Amino acid sequence: MGSIFSFEDGFLFLRSIQLLGIIVIVSIDVYQCYITMLTEIVEKPGLIRSGQVSLKVNGNPVQLNLLPWVSLLDAIRDHAGLTGTKKGCDHGQCGACTVICDGKRIVSCLTLAVMKDGSEITTIEGVAPEGDLHPLQKAFIEHDAFQCGYCTPGQICSAIGMMKEGKAKSREEVKELMSGNLCRCGANTNIIDAIMEVQNQDAHE
Amino acid sequence: MEASQKQVGQPLSRLEGQLKVTGTAKYSGDYQVPGLLYGYVINSTITKGKITRLDTGRAKAVPGIVEVFTYENRPSLAWFDLQYADMDAPPGSPFRPLQDEEILYNGQPIGLVVAESFELARYGATLVEVECEEEAFETDLRKEASKARSPKIGMATMLKPLPPRPKGKFEKAYQESPAQVSAEYYHGTEHHNPLELFATTTIYEGDGKLTIYDKTQGTINSQLYVSNIFGLKYKDVRVISPYVGGAFGSALRPQYQLFLSVMAALELKQSVLVTLDRQQMFTFGHRPPTIQQTRFSADMDGKVTAMNHLAIGETSRFEDYTEVVVNWSHMLYPAANTLMQYKLVELDVYSPLDMRSPGGSTGMHAIESTMDELAYKTKIDPLQLRLINYSEDDVSLNRPYSSKELRQCYLQGAERFGWDKRSPEPRSMRRGNKLVGYGMATGIWEANQLPAKADAILTTDGKLRVNSAVTDIGTGTLTVMTQIAADELGMKIEDVEFLYGDSKKPFAPIQGGSFTVSTVGSAVKVAGAALKKKLFSIAKKMKDSVFSKADLKEVVFEDSRIFLRSDRSKSVSFLEIIEANGGKPIKVSKFSVPSLLKQKKYSRATHSAAFVEVEVDEQLGIVNVTRAITAVAAGKIINPKTARSQILGGMIWGISKALREETIQDFNLGKYMNQNLAEYHIPVHADIHELDVIFVEENDEIVNALGVKGVGEIGLVAMPPAIANAIYHATGKRINQLPIHFDSLL
Repeated sequence: MGSIFSFEDGFLFLRSIQLLGIIVIVSIDVYQCYITMLTEIVEKPGLIRSGQVSLKVNGNPVQLNLLPWVSLLDAIRDHAGLTGTKKGCDHGQCGACTVICDGKRIVSCLTLAVMKDGSEITTIEGVAPEGDLHPLQKAFIEHDAFQCGYCTPGQICSAIGMMKEGKAKSREEVKELMSGNLCRCGANTNIIDAIMEVQNQDAHE
Repeated sequence: MEASQKQVGQPLSRLEGQLKVTGTAKYSGDYQVPGLLYGYVINSTITKGKITRLDTGRAKAVPGIVEVFTYENRPSLAWFDLQYADMDAPPGSPFRPLQDEEILYNGQPIGLVVAESFELARYGATLVEVECEEEAFETDLRKEASKARSPKIGMATMLKPLPPRPKGKFEKAYQESPAQVSAEYYHGTEHHNPLELFATTTIYEGDGKLTIYDKTQGTINSQLYVSNIFGLKYKDVRVISPYVGGAFGSALRPQYQLFLSVMAALELKQSVLVTLDRQQMFTFGHRPPTIQQTRFSADMDGKVTAMNHLAIGETSRFEDYTEVVVNWSHMLYPAANTLMQYKLVELDVYSPLDMRSPGGSTGMHAIESTMDELAYKTKIDPLQLRLINYSEDDVSLNRPYSSKELRQCYLQGAERFGWDKRSPEPRSMRRGNKLVGYGMATGIWEANQLPAKADAILTTDGKLRVNSAVTDIGTGTLTVMTQIAADELGMKIEDVEFLYGDSKKPFAPIQGGSFTVSTVGSAVKVAGAALKKKLFSIAKKMKDSVFSKADLKEVVFEDSRIFLRSDRSKSVSFLEIIEANGGKPIKVSKFSVPSLLKQKKYSRATHSAAFVEVEVDEQLGIVNVTRAITAVAAGKIINPKTARSQILGGMIWGISKALREETIQDFNLGKYMNQNLAEYHIPVHADIHELDVIFVEENDEIVNALGVKGVGEIGLVAMPPAIANAIYHATGKRINQLPIHFDSLL
């Protein structure tokens, strides 16, 4: 017979619905517990205190006293006072907050600072020795690879991280692997031009 | 003989470049002062109604939360609409944050939590209990289109003219023409989404004095707004905004984070930073969704005989925001019979707001798509059709253009693009499994000039300092103004300093509409000229002056010196002039006002022609703009490097508008559903391929003394129709709703 659903299918379907229901109920419960917990934590000072987080930022040891839910981005900006790293969405969608953490590019808004205790962080302020510019910084200026400049720190840190990964060779690959960094001014072609210039220089060295 | 080292026309790299690539350029949320408090905004989750209960007790009980502001405890503020009206306010009653219990739109700010840390403020916002009584609302433009009415007229109408009067007999001419095309066009809401979140840091200086770092396109606009609402003296409110992380029109009007930050700082007598989050970036101005209908007709030689263009735009219940949508076709094409109509529908949304190429990018999409259809109807090449209908004059107002090199845009653009390789039939070009299409479109944008003032000062070290309140939203204003000033005085770039982005400096209007270089640049030029005059008069009075018998026309300013034109061995250095002035700096202030008498005899506009190649995957419907060229006639180009970037940016905005961005509404909830950058799509690097810009030479002695027309908008306007036309050429499918998604091509 040409019935689309067999009995077994129907059973499985019902079981899935049941399972989904359980997941939803449990999730709501967990969420409520979390909110209640958070409320208690914050409203009763002393339950959870801020803790020490040690970072090495741009080569300098930094000791920060942070509540556990402070993102690495906010720790860098509001607590370490390095405002070169930008917040564009706080959801890991735009890349403006990209920093280099233990050699890898990460979006610092999706990382809690406590998770990175003991890590080495390089922000835009530290990509080149003081008074000097990183080749990418020079190339960005030369190629007019920014207009408002807000995504620029993230673009440069991301490009440094990408080059270290060594995966991108062609222009197409660079475009793809830089696509986590949005630019609203539309400097895209100039950004890729700048990166390609430095990438090609590196390849020749 | 003129100065040897002309700066105007040089592709100078941005002067603030080093600050931007090293993270040292400070944006409005980057000012950290001791004791800074953080504000987090609470927004309405309903679309229309009243707040019936507010409980801030739980939030206020949290240690570290300083205050929660709502309409119940806000300070008493200004009474009159006029006090809330900024330089860009359309006719109506401007929105007043925390005014009362009324909810006018979804996402309306209804409270501000102020705390010692950002995290606490954000957490506090979740503890505020709000109950509302909901009322019926409507946010669907298409559903309400029958309620469209004429817009109210106000101050804004001066810069945004209403549609021109009808000409000839449209209906008769249209019906009698052998070639007729008619279509309906639509695009939804778009949000500016500059990458920088709106932020205001208000530094409480005591004695009613404030220093405000605001994300704005007009420092003086924000200053007046704050002073008027909070009853402060103008001189006590200083707004500083040198670096703006993109704006695209969104910061033309003061937004609610400015109001809330200032209110909290004044009430708490402490400095307060209010930053919006990305979701909240969708709770103020936007490009309004617009319905358009066009009916164009032509004779079989391609001469356009009649044009009708109707646009119905969205506005809020409290203001009549208007755009110039339907005025453009008749500025381009000399049809004898025209009927242009523009109407508004009031909905329960926030007032729309100018967004890059407002009105122009909307209208040109319909106009240039209709022209493309007409080309197929008359079997004439689309480019040829434009040339057949080329008009040297602006026939809509019966006056000549101050300059118009659009023909060169068409020709040079077509040549570089290889337009002659286009085979006329749709679906006739292929590359592998992709359909290939070529499309083109015309662009036009107005070239306005407003009044502005500038100071020019020769400092004691012989350097030039020029001051203006203008901002630089990433357009290159700092660099371009420095180039203009350097040339005027015959100085090197490194000897000129342009100070800007500060309401304490001389008046500049809001930065937008592609009028900043013509407006502020003209002020810089006249201030420079006045300074030259003053320097020369001092030089003339110097002991044994080489210029005792000369007048200003007989000298040249070069290398920070004044030379006698007839005998270059005779010169005086700027430093010697300072010395003659008793070692004191020499300062002039000058207002530049457009010469309206000269200008009003002419239409003034930039023009462009965009040529686009698309590849469309026949199985998947995916569209790629593989190649695009925009040829632009925008008068004198002060800096080819930054101007090119402006055009490239505009082209990418065009790709975005045609293929990516749209704020999606749920009309049942009256709410925008994709309030984040993962779901509000803008092109990423992988979406952008070969782009090229041509600046066509264009001399214009009428538009302003610099001969500049502005390049902020013109790069965008022609791109969406050029892309839609290329998609038609590739696929044979005419999609008139933007953005064009793959599913409509399957």
